[in-house]
Amino acid sequence: MHTIAEAQRSAVFPEVNYLSARHTVASWLFTVDHKRIAMLYLVTISIMFALGGSFAALIRLELLTPAGDLLDSDTYNKVFTLHGVIMIFFFLIPSVPATIGNFLIPLMIGCKDLAFPRINLLSYYLYLLGATFAIIVLVRGGVDTGWTFYTPYSSTYAQTEVFYATMAAFAAGFSSILTGLNFIVTIHKMRAPGMSWFRMPLFVWAHYATSLIQILGTPVVAITLVLLATERIWGVGIFNPNIGGDPVLFQHLFWFYSHPAVYVMILPGMGVISEVITCFSRKRIFGYTFVAFSSLAIAVIGFLVWGHHMYVSGQSVFAGIVFSFITFLVAVPSAIKVFNWTATLYKGEITFEAPMIYAFGFMGLFLVGGLTGILLGSMGADVHFHDTYFVVAHFHYVMVGGMVMAFMCGLHFWWPKMTGRMYNETLGQISGILVFVGFNLTFMPQFLVGYLGMPRRYHVYSEEWQMLNVMSTLGATILGLGYILPAIYFPWSLFKGAPAGDNPWDAKGLEWETTSPPPTFNFDEENMPVVTEEAYAYVIERNTLGAR
Amino acid sequence: MSDTTATHDDNGHDHHIVSVKAYGMVISALFFLMFLTVFMAFVDLGSLNPFIALAIAVSKAVLIVLIFMNVWFSTRLTQIFVAGGFFWLLILFGMIIIDFVSRAMVTNPQAWE
Amino acid sequence: MAHASDSLVAHHFEDIDQQNESAVLGMWLFLAQEILFFGGLFAAYFVYRVKYPDAWAAASSELDIYLGGFNTVVLLVSSFTMAVSVNAAQTGKQQRLMMGMLVTLALGLTFVVVKFFEYKAKWDHGMIPGSGFVYHSTTGDYFAGVNPDQIQLFFCLYFVMTGMHALHMIIGAGLLLWLLALGYNGHFGPHRFMKVELFGFYWHFVDIVWVFLFPMLYLIDRSWMLQG
Repeated sequence: MHTIAEAQRSAVFPEVNYLSARHTVASWLFTVDHKRIAMLYLVTISIMFALGGSFAALIRLELLTPAGDLLDSDTYNKVFTLHGVIMIFFFLIPSVPATIGNFLIPLMIGCKDLAFPRINLLSYYLYLLGATFAIIVLVRGGVDTGWTFYTPYSSTYAQTEVFYATMAAFAAGFSSILTGLNFIVTIHKMRAPGMSWFRMPLFVWAHYATSLIQILGTPVVAITLVLLATERIWGVGIFNPNIGGDPVLFQHLFWFYSHPAVYVMILPGMGVISEVITCFSRKRIFGYTFVAFSSLAIAVIGFLVWGHHMYVSGQSVFAGIVFSFITFLVAVPSAIKVFNWTATLYKGEITFEAPMIYAFGFMGLFLVGGLTGILLGSMGADVHFHDTYFVVAHFHYVMVGGMVMAFMCGLHFWWPKMTGRMYNETLGQISGILVFVGFNLTFMPQFLVGYLGMPRRYHVYSEEWQMLNVMSTLGATILGLGYILPAIYFPWSLFKGAPAGDNPWDAKGLEWETTSPPPTFNFDEENMPVVTEEAYAYVIERNTLGAR
Repeated sequence: MSDTTATHDDNGHDHHIVSVKAYGMVISALFFLMFLTVFMAFVDLGSLNPFIALAIAVSKAVLIVLIFMNVWFSTRLTQIFVAGGFFWLLILFGMIIIDFVSRAMVTNPQAWE
Repeated sequence: MAHASDSLVAHHFEDIDQQNESAVLGMWLFLAQEILFFGGLFAAYFVYRVKYPDAWAAASSELDIYLGGFNTVVLLVSSFTMAVSVNAAQTGKQQRLMMGMLVTLALGLTFVVVKFFEYKAKWDHGMIPGSGFVYHSTTGDYFAGVNPDQIQLFFCLYFVMTGMHALHMIIGAGLLLWLLALGYNGHFGPHRFMKVELFGFYWHFVDIVWVFLFPMLYLIDRSWMLQG
């Protein structure tokens, strides 16, 4: 911990920064500064996360007992659907890219703003429009199709607000497309002198790969939702089996985006972990190029595996075999990343600050999530596991254990840079441990109960499964506490936190060379950064690895 | 491509300006291809019909992309992204069609032979 | 080096080249997104074309090949006039730029109006998908055995595909009006033509969509017409 104390002793809060530039409400709502837009996103997605989390709390409460005593069946359907829609479209997909990525990419590659600042603002308002539609769904009585909107239930039979739900996802989708477009152009065209592709932080590589998915995948689900919405309005449509339409086609078009989208929900998190692991083990990343290209490989191969969601939906067996095989392939680049992080830790000078605790949590939980994904990707095993709690546990291990852990990890790591203030380190460490313990207690029992055959999306279950469900609800309570803590000490630090100084972690990277918080145009404009060394040029003080 | 000129504007930057004459040649070719596709629609070649229509449409699209949209004269980066966009379309079509054409194999095992 | 056009460069860009290259790349990424947006519709088209080839041939024979062909000509010419406008903007020919964009706008609106009358004809024949759909065959006995439900499926796709395309035409017409207003105020010059050039990309892209829609919806398997 020596570094924190040293750096902070003389830290003062900079007078000129993007937060103090102007104070009016309009200067926030109409800002084109990527840092302010990132903060707008951060506030909004935190609200959506709390909303989605409260639905999760309702689900866990209901599942405490085998009988349906808290919610009736229809309400339960709406609660888990809203939990899914809000968490996926309004939290997980924008989480790291739109907040931390938006804030850091220009800083990391050394430019004054994203290439299209006004499009960045537009993307925020599209997100807000989508969130408004989601609230409209909520107020008008909810939607009960599940977040996947499968036809023909969603197009013909559902009596709930499917139309507004599709519009919500549609608007959020275009917000995500515009963010991705901005990132790719910025990374291609705005890098500082000397910032070659292989000197970029791996966080930027991960966001490049993410943006490719956002641009190439999202429009397909957008048009699919338009088709679904017209089918609901018109009464007939192209997924309607009564006129020869094929509902499975909807699943194809839906998963063409929504499977790659799970990589949108994990790749940026992997980028965060690469930054944090190197900083707190004071070592270069092991195998930089492998980690960089594995991001691209995940993005590309991720487009070829969507059929593994459809093994039991009437898809042909031959297609299932093809999709299953490619699914195993995508495990390779994911494993490369985990191996390389582990190798980076080896003989590093590891310290356990709050971000690092979250990063360790990520590595363990993502590993479990990834390995169980291989079970689910095998065509035969999936017949048994399909639509059980095993699936629920698997994707929560990747989404929550992976992405939410990484989001919290990145938020703790860059909070000093974003706000200029330090949070309470002890509380941060406690929160990281609570989340890890609570998470495992919540979802590990779900693997077991799913393996035993408990189906997902039912609120009434056999009594023999109650013990495991009680454990799960207990874990969810601890998990909730772990999330509530940061919701207290982060805002508190804004007012009472000690000034962070430019580089509280003694980390490498251009973002640490400017003030915390940075000025409006990120750097001293007379002295824009020039890059002369590769990323992660950490030097271990303890001389165990020999002189570098 | 001799009908196009690469001019320097006053800032000294290269910006390829395609001449009106080149555009004229492209529009003539497009009209020819349009009449060809209408003509071919009336010739019955059985299952080849859709493929011929598609092939002609693809050549029209290629002409428009390369000349009207300046991709022929663009940077390699732009060309890669253009190609990438169309390639992703093939992934979408290809993987979906695999499912639909191979379903018959399960309901009708003889189709495997 | 002094830039002749410093005022044209936004603060966060180094120079005009970086700004223009970013704009071109950004536009192409947007169009890549558009390719896949329409791609979803085309994927659905291909799937049902493979499943129901006879119904698809019968249904496409119900579309008016003359109006469709006329609209194809209109769009191809409008693409040409747009390309000429871009050339005029780049070479600083103000009058030709304005004329080119005006003609393009007129052709674009012509397309939409013709499309409207095509839709109206389908409406009059009751060939709008929904509970009141009737298969109004004009092909005699040639496609006698075909399932009218599958015809309806074709028309669902027809209306969504051409409707999405027409929506893009209308948005394009709106953007053209904006460009015309800018041009009227002397906004464009040999150093300042990116807006026209990028709009040209968009307009050509919409043209390309129609280049595929026309044969796929109107043309394939028309040979029955020659057999009487």
